[in-house]
Amino acid sequence: MSLWRKLACVVLGLVLAASAAANWLAPAGYAKQYREATNAPPSHGHWLGTDDIGRDRFARVLYGTRISLLLAPAAALLSTLMAALIGGLAGYLGGVWARMAMAVTDLFLSLPWLFLLITARALMPLNVSPLVSVLVTFVLLGLLGWTAAARVLCTTAGSLRASDFVRQARAAGLPAQRLFWVHVMPNLKPVLYAQFWISIPVFILSEANLGILGLGVAEPMPSWGSLLKELEGLVSVGEEPWKFVPLILLVVVVTSFQFLLSRQEEVAA
Amino acid sequence: MKRQKNNLEGLMIPCGKAIAIAVLCLGSLLGRALAQGGELRFCLRNEPKTFDPLKVEDDASGAIRYLTGGVLVRIDRQTQELKPELALSWKVSKDGRQISFRLRSGVSFSDGTPFSAEDVAYTVQQLMDPALHSPTGDAFRSGTGNVETNVISRTQISIRFPAQVAGLDRLFDQVAILSQHSPKKEMAVLGPFMVADYKPGSTVLLKRNPNYWKADGQGRKLPYLDSIRLDIQPNRDAEMLRFKRGELGLINSLDSEYFDKLAATSPQLVHDAGPSLDSEQLWFNEVAKSPIPGYKKNWFRSANFRRAISEAINRDDLSRVVFKGHAQPAVGPFSPANKFWFNSKLKPQTYSPDAALKALQTEGFRMENGALKDKDGNAVVFSIITNAGNKYRERMAVLIQDDLQKIGIHVNVVTLDFPSLIERMTQSFDYEAIILGLTNVDLDPNGEMNVWLSSSENHQWNPQQKAPETAWEAEIDRLMRAQASTSDTKKRKEAFDRVQEIVVEQAPFIFLINKNALSAVSTTVHGAVPVILSPQTYWNAEWLTVPGK
Repeated sequence: MSLWRKLACVVLGLVLAASAAANWLAPAGYAKQYREATNAPPSHGHWLGTDDIGRDRFARVLYGTRISLLLAPAAALLSTLMAALIGGLAGYLGGVWARMAMAVTDLFLSLPWLFLLITARALMPLNVSPLVSVLVTFVLLGLLGWTAAARVLCTTAGSLRASDFVRQARAAGLPAQRLFWVHVMPNLKPVLYAQFWISIPVFILSEANLGILGLGVAEPMPSWGSLLKELEGLVSVGEEPWKFVPLILLVVVVTSFQFLLSRQEEVAA
Repeated sequence: MKRQKNNLEGLMIPCGKAIAIAVLCLGSLLGRALAQGGELRFCLRNEPKTFDPLKVEDDASGAIRYLTGGVLVRIDRQTQELKPELALSWKVSKDGRQISFRLRSGVSFSDGTPFSAEDVAYTVQQLMDPALHSPTGDAFRSGTGNVETNVISRTQISIRFPAQVAGLDRLFDQVAILSQHSPKKEMAVLGPFMVADYKPGSTVLLKRNPNYWKADGQGRKLPYLDSIRLDIQPNRDAEMLRFKRGELGLINSLDSEYFDKLAATSPQLVHDAGPSLDSEQLWFNEVAKSPIPGYKKNWFRSANFRRAISEAINRDDLSRVVFKGHAQPAVGPFSPANKFWFNSKLKPQTYSPDAALKALQTEGFRMENGALKDKDGNAVVFSIITNAGNKYRERMAVLIQDDLQKIGIHVNVVTLDFPSLIERMTQSFDYEAIILGLTNVDLDPNGEMNVWLSSSENHQWNPQQKAPETAWEAEIDRLMRAQASTSDTKKRKEAFDRVQEIVVEQAPFIFLINKNALSAVSTTVHGAVPVILSPQTYWNAEWLTVPGK
């Protein structure tokens, strides 16, 4: 493991640990409003100052990190499983099944996902708690994010179907179902891992985009997206560098994932 | 000219009175002489949709209409009183159906076509033409039938409407007179400026109208400026940066955040004219057929419940925290900025969560483990929706969420894209509470008939009622129609005062704050006196100067 990858592991470990210890590090919580100290600069009481309505920014960064870092992998897992099932099966079955599956995939790929998410969000029931809204946001991301991975997996499964060992197993009379689960799927694992790791930063950024549009995680719950909204109006932010902390954190985490990803890609190759 | 007099008074302080008057008069004359000419530049937030003054319905087109259109009468943006412009005098008949104007003579359109009563008749006929669908004309449509225009002479005209139009004379503030005979049609104007060039998506260039009829005290023709360049710039950050770089002369409307940032470095550039006519309000869905649970409908249709919610909201914090002090707690349907129509007997709702809780308890609500429950044991939980991207409304919603949590009410804040929000508000009625704002451009209550009449589409908490569903809505209907059907201002004021009282008592709208009118004007622009009425900074555009440009 290279030094950069080790560093990436350490950074991700530290960020995860800090967000896991949010209750202890920021006991006042992310929603408490200090209305007499709005937009305050960093101080002993508020390490990263307060936001526009007086909430402790440090607490919000920690809790927001927890949400983004826990749920982005969950969404990545969902999308990778869907991609494995749809892409893997289509590639394995081949022929008309593959063509149909890829047509559906192309259809999904051609959809403007942002508008689709906005529409899906608008159709949801309104009276859901912030926690449910978080889950729904990431489930939606997972349900809509499987397409690119499915294409890759379909192609890989297709080449596996034509490989010697699968032909040999089929000639030996192995049932199709067993052939798929025992011989094809295990060989898709490296690609699945790579797709999983690729998806995490994508979903983190997607949620951030939705958050910037005000359509992500519901208030008062923080997420990186809602924290990045503070960077609107760059005219003023230049004078308050501490507002850049969520952005720096996002860049550091996504970069760390990229370093780990390069390792996964090597494994997949 | 009251404005000029005030300027002189301000400058006289350090000088001896007689010398000061002589020096300043000379200085003022010299200053005006040197100052004449120049270009004022500012931004429009959107593309103007039309240059036809009768079809205006957006802010950008409205700004161009204001700067280019000649009107018969004008509401003075400082005093809110009606002043003569192209009309020297006017008279409204006792039945409120007819208005007679005596017009100025010797006035020409920008292309040299003479102005006469025939142009006024032509404009009114166009305005009331149902095929044109003029939004400005809608305000005049109080009954079925045709409008009759009677041209008595070149300078005299009377106009008769099929039914009484309340506040008839003030409505002409929005009616820019068109030329009947000019080949240039709506591009021939009577206002201080005329459209000289338009680059879609980029700029609208207005040049001074060489035939504008007004002159200053020294007989010099107005406007002083040679041109106004309107840059189409939706991005407020870019507008602010350009203003700071000195590329723009003014920002007509500023957000409180930008205002404070600018005030921190250049306090001489920013102007807070006090509470504007605009309000932000919260309301509950009271539509009987809405797809929300019956027990929630019962809460929302209870005036005691609505009043308790109103009492539990800390409006001082909304204006202090969300708007950085550049807003005032709202009192009722009209802002105190509306000097004549505001009911001064009304006072802002006091913030008292304890009193709110007590009032709810008398309605059968009770606290259980920190959560409020109704008499049937349903936890009081509801959602507030607002439009995504409006950070002020989002912040107000979060503050209200926190305030209501103190009396055990759990609020879910949901931000939706605007079309989805409007669909829920007007079509499916699938919502529980909404925070939105009302932008008032009309001082007269008739401008809000479409909000207060129970049969109206914009009676947002329960629109399009076949018959008023509550006694108080029936009373508001009666009072609004009564004030609209008389030209006796005193009676109208009494009726609308009562409407305001009923609205505050029943709280169908929980009025939250009135935003202040914030603007920024460069020191290179002379003569600007920002006010609360739109257009705040360039309402006296013909008197503005940009020396040295």
